[in-house]
Amino acid sequence: MDGGTLDRDAIIRVRGLRTQFGRNVVHENLDLDVYRGEVLGIVGGSGTGKSVLLRAIVGLLRPAAGSIEVFGTDVVNASDHDRTEIEQRWGVMFQGGALFSSLSVQNNVEAPMREHLNLSREVREALAELKVSMVGLPPDACPKYPSELSGGMQKRAGLARALALDPEIVFLDEPTAGLDPIGAAAFDDLIRQLQKTLGLTVFMVTHDLDSLHAICDRVAVLAEKKVLVTGTIEDMLEVDHPWVHEYFHGPRARAALGSD
Amino acid sequence: MSAASVTIGEADGDATIRFAGDVLIGAVERLRTETSGARGGHVIDLGAVEALDTAGAWLIVELMARLEAEGAAPSLANASDAQTQLIETVREAIPKEHVPPAKEMGFVPWLDMLGRKTARGYRTVVEMLGFFGLVLAKTAGVLVRPWRLRWTSLVHHMQEVGYNAVPIVSLMAFLIGVVLAFQGAVQLRQFGAEVFVVDLIAIALLRELGILLTAIIVAGRSGSAYTASIGSMKMREEIDAMRTLGLDPIEVLVVPRFLALLLMLPVLGIIANFAGLFGGAAMAWIELGVSPGMFQARMLESIHVSNFLVGVIKAPFFAAIIAIIGCYQGMKVEGNAESLGRLTSKSVVMAIFLVIVADALFSVFFSLVDF
Repeated sequence: MDGGTLDRDAIIRVRGLRTQFGRNVVHENLDLDVYRGEVLGIVGGSGTGKSVLLRAIVGLLRPAAGSIEVFGTDVVNASDHDRTEIEQRWGVMFQGGALFSSLSVQNNVEAPMREHLNLSREVREALAELKVSMVGLPPDACPKYPSELSGGMQKRAGLARALALDPEIVFLDEPTAGLDPIGAAAFDDLIRQLQKTLGLTVFMVTHDLDSLHAICDRVAVLAEKKVLVTGTIEDMLEVDHPWVHEYFHGPRARAALGSD
Repeated sequence: MSAASVTIGEADGDATIRFAGDVLIGAVERLRTETSGARGGHVIDLGAVEALDTAGAWLIVELMARLEAEGAAPSLANASDAQTQLIETVREAIPKEHVPPAKEMGFVPWLDMLGRKTARGYRTVVEMLGFFGLVLAKTAGVLVRPWRLRWTSLVHHMQEVGYNAVPIVSLMAFLIGVVLAFQGAVQLRQFGAEVFVVDLIAIALLRELGILLTAIIVAGRSGSAYTASIGSMKMREEIDAMRTLGLDPIEVLVVPRFLALLLMLPVLGIIANFAGLFGGAAMAWIELGVSPGMFQARMLESIHVSNFLVGVIKAPFFAAIIAIIGCYQGMKVEGNAESLGRLTSKSVVMAIFLVIVADALFSVFFSLVDF
């Protein structure tokens, strides 16, 4: 894992994706590439299926049509064995942290290691403590239960669990939503720093323009049931689709991007 | 992808530990065992390492720390910039202090726990009595001003806890009647006193079993539903929202549930009594040849109506116990799903236990007053 080099090697390749709930079609003929080692931000209005896309890629939702390849394997039709192998190579952080409420933070982080690896208790504990500390939680957070943590700390603990197996891809669902601006900025820094040192590929659903600006290499805009446009933030400013224009030229965007 | 390996050079002098391949989390355990024998001042050579993750970096940091503690001066060689950076990050992130989970054993902590539990139990009793008083006061207030009562909610809950429970309650009571008749028949036939099976069934069902078993079923069915529904509202801050909107959660949520159970449990108890008598009569007919006419005649002749009253009088008390415990535990639910589950099962266990305690007290009371 040599972080930093941005070779154009698509680690996630989505083609012709169609997802629907009953008659309500969320995505239609959606294409998306995520390249190794980049931070990709997914933006879109409410209800455009950003989280649905994330859930489809990680296999929580079966698409009605289309193919999703992760690490070159078709994850929709993969055998259970292949899926388990792939699942160890990605980590997912859910919006609310989704920590197991009956386990302490330490045990939450240890849970995937316990399931997939044959580690001794000592090593497992040391690695869990390391992960907890890497996401910026104090050591005394380890024995605590999720209900004893604040929302921001729960998100950090959720990230620690997502990183437990040293994944190559991390999926983040609105990592900074509900955090105060200082906490959100610290979280952005943390993701950026971890991404650099660990050479992670980050797939991030977000609404936070500051995050987009601060850490995303590329942005993909979801609208009209597909990925309307992808590119850097600078590219986005040139797009003249009304929603994209509104999004990246609105007052909040101007404040975040520091233009005008 | 290539398997990780480690080779340890000469143990004395400035020997080299060479890591190679993918030093990843899956291989850490093995590599750690293999390097556990390394002693003395070492160069740690990462030249052949193809992939390194935080677990691998942790292994190297830990190895270096151990060698340093043993008085050596280990150094890294041939590490790429990314690897050095990762190792540095991990070195900084390793927590300096270890916080063990607080778990003590022995007599003093046990005593401490006992004291805490006793104090908590006492507080729960006081709180629950307070809650009971509050609900009674609000109920009285609502009865004085009936337009404040949530009629829709009351009727909904009456249907939920009463009407919808009729099939299960009557089936249960019918079977109990059958069992009583069958078991009684076996014993009474030995004395040629078959006809007394009527007394046995009628007294056992009307005084005790009909109402007690109904209360137990309702506690499992509706007490848990009360806790779960109020608890999930508490969890999603709906109850706080009500308070800020000037709605009284006790009046809106608890009073209709309390009244619904208070009204419906006696009705369910009476239905259970009838179903039980039917079951008993049917079995007495089949098993002992006591015809329904004879059953009826014997019952009217020897069973006083007071037996029925003793049973039905208890119903509202049982209802109050079930409703108050169900709602109180629901109000105690906190922000997580686990407390919802814990308190729901607690509410059922507690309600059934207290119903049986109350029943025992009633038995003593009725035998003292000769009713």
